Amino acid sequence: MSKYSLTSLIRHGLTGHRGWKPAWRHPEPKAEYDAVIVGGGGHGLATAYYLAKNHGTTNIAVLEKGWLGGGNTGRNTTIVRSNYLLDGNAKFYEHGMKLWEGLSQDLNYNVMFSQRGVLNLAHSKGQLETFRRRGNAMRLNGIDAEILNRDDVAKFVPAMDTSPNTRFPIEGGLLQPRGGSARHDAVAWGYARSADQRGVDIIQNCEVTGIRRDQNGVLGVETSRGYIATKKIGLAVAGHSSQLAAMADVRLPIESHVLQAMVSEPVKPVLDTVVTFGAAHLYVSQSDKGELVMGGDIDGYNSFAQRGSLAVIEHVTTCLVALFPQFSRLRILRTWGGIMDMTTDGSPIIGTTPVPGLFLNGGWCYGGFKATPASGWVFAHTLATGQPHALNAELSLDRFHTGRVLDEKGAGPYPWLH
Amino acid sequence: MSRHPAMGRLLDRDRPLSFTFDGKSYRGYQGDTLASALMANNIRVLGRSFKYHRPRGIFGAGSEDPSALVQLRTAGRTEPNIRATQVELYDGLVAHSQNNWPSLDWDLGAVLGLASKFLPAGFYYKTFMWPAKFWPHYERLIRNMAGMGRSAETPDPDRYEKRHAHCDVLVIGGGPTGRAAALAAAKDGSDVWLVDENAHIEELDGVTVMARTTAFGKYDDSLYGLLERTGDHLAAPKDDAPRQILWLLRAGRMILASGAIERPLLFANNDRPGIMLAGAAARFLADYGVCPGKRAVIVTNNDSAYAVAQTLIDGGIDIAAIIDQRHLTTRREIAGCEILHNHGVIDTAGRRGLTRVTVAPLDVNGDAVPQSERLLDCDLLCVAGGFTPSVHLYSQAGGKLTFRDDIQTMVPHGEVGGITVVGAANGELDGGVGEPLNLSLGRAKQFIDLQNDVTAADVELAAREGYQSVEHLKRYTTLGMGTDQGKTSNLNGIAVLAGALDKPQADVGITTYRAPYTPVTIGALAGREVGTFLTPTRRTPLQEWHEDNGAVFVPAGLWRRPHYYPRPGETMADAVNREVLAVRQNVAIVDVSTLGRIDLHGGDVAEFLNRVYINGFKTLDIGMCRYGVMLRDDGMIFDDGTVARMGDGHYIMTTTTANAGPVMAHLEYYLQVVWPDLDVHLTSITDQWSVVAVAGPQSRALLESLDSDMEFANQALPFMAWRAGQIGGITAQVFRISFSGELAYEIAVPADHGHALWEMLLAAGEDLGIIPYGTEALTTLRTEKGHFVMGPEADGRASADDMGLGGMLSAKKDFIGKRSLRLPALEPEGRPNLVGLIPKDGKTAIPPGAIMVDRETPGPGMEKAGHVATSVFSASLGKPIATAMVTNGRQRHGETLWAHSPVDGRVVPVEVTDPVFIDPKGERLRA
Amino acid sequence: MILITCPHCGPRQESEFTYGGDGANARPAAPEDVDDAAWIDYLHLRDNHKGPHDELWQHVQGCRRWLQVRRDVVTHQVISCHVLSADIADLADSADMVEGER
Repeated sequence: MSKYSLTSLIRHGLTGHRGWKPAWRHPEPKAEYDAVIVGGGGHGLATAYYLAKNHGTTNIAVLEKGWLGGGNTGRNTTIVRSNYLLDGNAKFYEHGMKLWEGLSQDLNYNVMFSQRGVLNLAHSKGQLETFRRRGNAMRLNGIDAEILNRDDVAKFVPAMDTSPNTRFPIEGGLLQPRGGSARHDAVAWGYARSADQRGVDIIQNCEVTGIRRDQNGVLGVETSRGYIATKKIGLAVAGHSSQLAAMADVRLPIESHVLQAMVSEPVKPVLDTVVTFGAAHLYVSQSDKGELVMGGDIDGYNSFAQRGSLAVIEHVTTCLVALFPQFSRLRILRTWGGIMDMTTDGSPIIGTTPVPGLFLNGGWCYGGFKATPASGWVFAHTLATGQPHALNAELSLDRFHTGRVLDEKGAGPYPWLH
Repeated sequence: MSRHPAMGRLLDRDRPLSFTFDGKSYRGYQGDTLASALMANNIRVLGRSFKYHRPRGIFGAGSEDPSALVQLRTAGRTEPNIRATQVELYDGLVAHSQNNWPSLDWDLGAVLGLASKFLPAGFYYKTFMWPAKFWPHYERLIRNMAGMGRSAETPDPDRYEKRHAHCDVLVIGGGPTGRAAALAAAKDGSDVWLVDENAHIEELDGVTVMARTTAFGKYDDSLYGLLERTGDHLAAPKDDAPRQILWLLRAGRMILASGAIERPLLFANNDRPGIMLAGAAARFLADYGVCPGKRAVIVTNNDSAYAVAQTLIDGGIDIAAIIDQRHLTTRREIAGCEILHNHGVIDTAGRRGLTRVTVAPLDVNGDAVPQSERLLDCDLLCVAGGFTPSVHLYSQAGGKLTFRDDIQTMVPHGEVGGITVVGAANGELDGGVGEPLNLSLGRAKQFIDLQNDVTAADVELAAREGYQSVEHLKRYTTLGMGTDQGKTSNLNGIAVLAGALDKPQADVGITTYRAPYTPVTIGALAGREVGTFLTPTRRTPLQEWHEDNGAVFVPAGLWRRPHYYPRPGETMADAVNREVLAVRQNVAIVDVSTLGRIDLHGGDVAEFLNRVYINGFKTLDIGMCRYGVMLRDDGMIFDDGTVARMGDGHYIMTTTTANAGPVMAHLEYYLQVVWPDLDVHLTSITDQWSVVAVAGPQSRALLESLDSDMEFANQALPFMAWRAGQIGGITAQVFRISFSGELAYEIAVPADHGHALWEMLLAAGEDLGIIPYGTEALTTLRTEKGHFVMGPEADGRASADDMGLGGMLSAKKDFIGKRSLRLPALEPEGRPNLVGLIPKDGKTAIPPGAIMVDRETPGPGMEKAGHVATSVFSASLGKPIATAMVTNGRQRHGETLWAHSPVDGRVVPVEVTDPVFIDPKGERLRA
Repeated sequence: MILITCPHCGPRQESEFTYGGDGANARPAAPEDVDDAAWIDYLHLRDNHKGPHDELWQHVQGCRRWLQVRRDVVTHQVISCHVLSADIADLADSADMVEGER
């Protein structure tokens, strides 16, 4: 396996790039593995990578029903941040942020992690005070955070309408300078390549259709490519967590909802950070290719369709024009939807389940992409040791049974409100 | 100008137009597109490609064109990436080329083409990683190179509209098939709409025909998104007309007659300006009378090219040769035209446009026979690689596709509810293509995607590296990800992938079709809800008075409430202090019409309230009010407010401003879903009443000075009572309730009389020094009094006991959320409690949003004790105070903690106190 | 944009309604009498069926009735919609009106 570098690129260039080896193998599934990870998205692949790298467990398979990164890994708006209020979330996402900061080098795959900042806009004194609370909690948790006033915002995002003559004038904002975005597909591919290099079998077009178990725990998985025996199953199938967990008769605090995203045609640089509107639903950034990448709120009702309502697209673009009236003449090039695991407290679930040997990584709501490295890291630990890491202890499924939920928004047990 | 004297059915030669491209003036005619006019002026290079900056010209004739992109118009109307083939020429049109510097002819970016062998698909994933800290610099370079055209820098001066409509049948596509389908559908009197993206579509009897209208998306329950371009063929929309209209059309049935798009062929250097789709070349001649070249070569793998050849000959274009790649048993002939069967084009030449092609005979494997090339001089190369049905909307609706070998493309397979695909879109094509795409013609770059510069070698590299799903291919190489969405490139890319994987193309699949069919203007999707119309603004009956009297506003949901009323020269702090002191020492009024008001009628209202609130309501007497707190079923505080008992089975509930809607829905949910047996009727009456709170020790004096039939003495109207009557001839309800902790009344009058009441109070109180106060003073007053509010204190994670209201939790009855209070997480130990804070030095402001820590210098092992919820300067006490939520706070009164606010570098030592700073015994409000 | 045929108001688009979650998730009739597990089951756990799904919607911008909707969450097709009532049998009369037309 050749290392990726400028030198290798030039060397292969001289021979017409015919010498590049596959980034990953296309192996046949073996009869048995030490652990099987269901779901070949970023989370599943990262889990496999860290299992191999941190725990030396390499006799493992990642089973993907379609193509690698074909679920929410390739359908999000690529935002990376760790600007959380509650400790249980903050320490976990900040661990992820640190992993992001060295990820390209660690994987030898440029995931184009771009720390251009994530700015949450506030439109009233009260909202800004809420952000101050979050910013202060972040800082005390060792996470970067700055509070901007209106002039700071105007300077930071000169293209934005910060005038008082708008429906929701901007009062200020919460900025996480280390936040930003990354190239989502590259994250899946980079983890896949590195996991494969360490001996992990990545098996695409292999759908899990059943989980076999006895009273002591799991025995293996039925798949569209035959039965595979294993004592440890890690589910990393956000969007369909309920369906897979149901195969082992486990019910989850999750509803599936569709979240849409969209991009404009590519234009020369106009926006150098990630902006989230505080008065309605919009987050927007500009990709390295030049497209404005946008998203808003979930459509708001259970859905397994990877497409959504035009009304949401209308709302997102309306918010965009509110902040950037000059973008009105740009055009929406692509729209798509992804299926979110929406939990009843808006926070993810990583940990054990009532079934011995069955582990769950899901409930990502619409924040899964940024968590990819941290999620893989702690889920690998959980699978290897059978116990949660300190970083995901508060993210256990058990929290719903004690009432110790991590309700970041304070919206209550209504998944569609998170 | 080279125009054919007779051809050009769309041109009006009596109406010449002038326009500029890259600053130079040119002439065209009414009826031209920008592409045809540029072509007529012998402009061949319109721009540069995304990656290698290769010259790009006109390749197609409509929405499929990947490369004829320009920057159209100027200033606030400028638009990037506009296909010249779809721009109708108007007088004074201004266009610029894109993605070049310093000029289109001499583009520095073209050096990337020289390095292209080191820049294969996905090269950026393999490099720019060392040294790690250089990535931001690399990235800046990448970002500056990427993008295509430029966004406007000033707001769009044009207007967009949205319209909703219904029809029985929607026909998409105004070609012969679509027109026939529309006429047939209209026969039985059905309401039929026919839409087409082109400008020139003739009317049809009994059919609503919409030209310049693109059906871009199919949504749930037969909703179609249509974009009508009503003003784009003009320099600016006329008068007040919208520039574009977004139609949201519900159609009973849809007939897709969107035709098919021609595919290019692959051969070396197949991207030069002068190389274009054969059908497009014929269309330029027939529709615009413009000759795409003087001497043409046609290369084809199907019969459709022969008709094109005849059109070109009719238009006076020399045909150097027709190159037919096929092994044919029966050979086609065209008079005066050399036909080279079983040949292929294997290279082209011409730095800024085609000058020559290299052709060669093909052996049985389809490879060029060595040493047998022939050079043909030409300035036009028409490529005809077969047709791809435009199945986008069928596919968006979930329609399945199947690969047909005889035409080498995907066609609809099976029914999708309410959609019929007809004609070419359904694979009914003239030009059959029996053979797979020839992938072996020439050694230099064979371009598949002309916009993003994706070559056959890129696709092969992707396959070699394991990116073998069509979705991986698209994402790794950017194939079909350009503004043309791969209309001419996707199928060929898949053909190359199939070849590389040695699989039948049918087994490789196709990427998912997603809306929109062609890019849709953001302004049109946004419509008229822009600027201050982003969301509706709710206005109380007093809004105008507030505006006229200098209020500074703060958003509160959809309302804009007066924040404070500054006098000339006053700072915000001055104004708020003045307003607070007026309430504490005198009398002041505030507009509280935004609070939710719900009328409850029925025999079971008391029982219902008992279940909804944590405290009991069965003992509430007529003429009295009671404060209540409601929880969600998870045990957390949902809302609070007062309920007044108006009569037998009649109550009025108030809610917080922000929760008025959610509380109503919550009550309706429990009444309709959980307890349908209860006899309770709810009506939201927020908008029917205007409510003014009168607060301050002089408030009774003020009320007593009014012309009223009510008595306001303490005995007649005690604390938490209410009375009905009239004030100054206005029907009024007066509630003696208080949020500020002072003697206070809330006066509710029918909404239309709110302004009169307000003026009456101001006039009557003039001698008492009455002033209005805003929400900031309200915040200070309630903080002084230790009242929590939804948001800062009760943030959706707080229980009633956290707020010190544990005593209100009724043990005698069940209520919403009660069961959750038994969960381990709700046990009192370790919960955050509402407390007050004062600065240790008595004067330093407590930073809002600060985190409470048990030490001055945060460090490992520190305890985060809670957070500052609301921080104010108490004018009444002359010092800063705050509320905070502190772990076990009720047991920590007197303790010192530090309020940390690293976001502004402040740490303030504070003392934990009881949250009630003023009148803890409530003597003032009962006075 | 889904069309929901409200039994009172006729076919209306989804923007007139708000979603109210799993319609099969019944609140315990006597919460005080159930154990923690049953209460948590109601508060948090969902079947989250992929396919036909019983759910609640409220016609907030219409008659404000809470409606029991059966909808295929894969295709978004509304299969049926009826008013919530103590006695579903009362609705038999309006059954033909409330069944989705498709």
